[in-house]
Amino acid sequence: MPESDILQAGTPADSKAVASLYFDTTAPLLDVQELRVDFQTKEGVAHAVNGVSFTLEAGRTLGILGESGCGKSVTAQAIMGILDSPPARVVGGKVLLSGVDLLTLNEDARRQIRANRIGMVFQDALSALNPVFTVGWQLGELFRKHRDFSRKQAKQEAVRLLDLVGIPAAGQRVDDFPHQFSGGMRQRVMIAMALALDPNVIIADEPTTALDVTVQAQIMKLLADLQAERNMGLILITHDIGVVADVADDICVMYAGREVEKADVYAIYDSPAHPYTQALLESIPRVDMKGQQLASIQGLPPNLTSMPSGCAFHPRCRFARERCREDTPPLYTVTPGRLSACHFFQEVLDS
Amino acid sequence: MGRYAVRRLLQFIPVLIGTLFLLHYLTTLSFQFNGNPVRALFGDRQPPPETIAALTRAFGLDDPCLSQPGNPCVGMFVERVGGYLRGDFGVDFNLQPVTDLITRAAPVTLRLTLLAIVFESVVGILAGVIAGLRKERFADNLVRISTVLVISVPIFVVGVLTQIIFGLYIGNWVRDRTESETMEAIFSISYQSDHPWASLIIPSMVLGATSLGIIARMTRTELIESLRSDYVRTARAKGLKPTRIVGIHALRNCLIPVVTLIGIDIGGLMAGALITEGIFNIPGIGGLVFRSVRTGETPIIMAVVPLLVLVYLIASLLVDLLYAVLDPRIRYE
Repeated sequence: MPESDILQAGTPADSKAVASLYFDTTAPLLDVQELRVDFQTKEGVAHAVNGVSFTLEAGRTLGILGESGCGKSVTAQAIMGILDSPPARVVGGKVLLSGVDLLTLNEDARRQIRANRIGMVFQDALSALNPVFTVGWQLGELFRKHRDFSRKQAKQEAVRLLDLVGIPAAGQRVDDFPHQFSGGMRQRVMIAMALALDPNVIIADEPTTALDVTVQAQIMKLLADLQAERNMGLILITHDIGVVADVADDICVMYAGREVEKADVYAIYDSPAHPYTQALLESIPRVDMKGQQLASIQGLPPNLTSMPSGCAFHPRCRFARERCREDTPPLYTVTPGRLSACHFFQEVLDS
Repeated sequence: MGRYAVRRLLQFIPVLIGTLFLLHYLTTLSFQFNGNPVRALFGDRQPPPETIAALTRAFGLDDPCLSQPGNPCVGMFVERVGGYLRGDFGVDFNLQPVTDLITRAAPVTLRLTLLAIVFESVVGILAGVIAGLRKERFADNLVRISTVLVISVPIFVVGVLTQIIFGLYIGNWVRDRTESETMEAIFSISYQSDHPWASLIIPSMVLGATSLGIIARMTRTELIESLRSDYVRTARAKGLKPTRIVGIHALRNCLIPVVTLIGIDIGGLMAGALITEGIFNIPGIGGLVFRSVRTGETPIIMAVVPLLVLVYLIASLLVDLLYAVLDPRIRYE
């Protein structure tokens, strides 16, 4: 199949549910506004995502950073609409995909958006792929169910995709099961699956966790190349601040379900404007600091059912004062396009 | 897989010989301690010694080792196994060839087992899926309570209760309202040879009840587990319909252990059939064994029990092979 035809096949063959929607191509590709997700637990309501906003343009990469349990994956799954509810519930905000609020769509339209317009790469491909079906079957399923391809056509597409993500001898490997692939190859299969229907947005949720460092670099490069080639928007969720540095254009740092700093990647690495970001950067192991104690952030992320008053980071913050305990900091504009949720961002910048 | 199957088949031989010898030794001991079983055939009557001697010879019980308690009678054992290899399984006390008795009884038990398997798989899996999808709601609680009931109540209690409820009360109600013989056969309390399938339906439900409970519970647990798994989340991210996510992606994984359970159950049902066949008066293999154990008809026990062992062995081999087919991660070499 020539390249132009591939792109042709990629235009979503939307069903009635989606065809009636008006996708505004001038609107931002993905615009998340004040997204809130609650979890109903026995201990009470956990505010997993607490008013997150960000914008993603086509061809750009947004890195979402934060330690475990700060709401990164929940944000991603809320955008995809694949949260388990109950216990999870989206209680507020908007998820605008080219101007269409996904949260207001019915379940059928929502389903059509998945894979067709937003693809997702999960961490740990071994458990994310179904163990009892061949990778070819799992890839082909997308074409059979969304594009009405025959089994034979679907398999051809699967081979083409495996080839695209750099799996050697794709024609033979298409009939292999997930456990027969190495970790890096499995993650490539996962990426092929997210790409299959040529979505506009790809959300990669910790795509390189549990891979060794050389393979990590290969996977990140593959994602970046494919993204540039297809002009997709890429959301890269990770707790590894080193991983995003090379790939991301913008960074959104999350803490306790809220974004605490947003900036382009250079600004953040150059001079963080939030104490949490600063602490994260300091905790990167560095070759020139060999033999010294590795800096870490004292304490644990807060319990989401009983958040600290004021700024959620204040119990762990070295800049914390009285004001931080009472007053929740808004997102201050540090410089145009750069935001920080810290009352004392100037002090952090200068330090 | 072929070599694995052959190796497993070869392992059948020592298991079968071991079973045969164990049975042989137990029955020999019972003769050695209880005396000649031929005498019991005559009850209170006192037959002439020549008759007893003649019958004892006819049943092959005239070996002198039978009067030496503890002697394993290896000679008799070799002779018997030799006969089996030639296709001679001996005769019962009515001088009927054992092979005839088995070929008459086996189809009945096979029908009963088949019906029970179909019943327990279909209803069990269906109940499990409904309970799993409606976790902690009414349907789930209903399935959980009723499965605990069928698992915990012994099969003979279920059997007798079924006889009273279905055979008597519902049966009478049905018989008052229908002329259909099939309907009457279904609700009769015993086996009827004119209706070889219909009259086995309710007994097969009794037979399959315990396994049904276990299958339903296992399907439920596996489905709940599977619905939480990462691959189901992936399937959802692929924009598939909920029916496909549950029916193909989740259920295909759940059914691996369930199918295994059903396979192993073939052997269990054969053994369970013993009681069920007794209660419903079904002339199957179970009934045959039951009767022979009581009257001490060695040739029948010696032929039927290894047959059940063989069925069990074959079923578990098939399950192991099927496992590799269902779960691609398992490979035999």
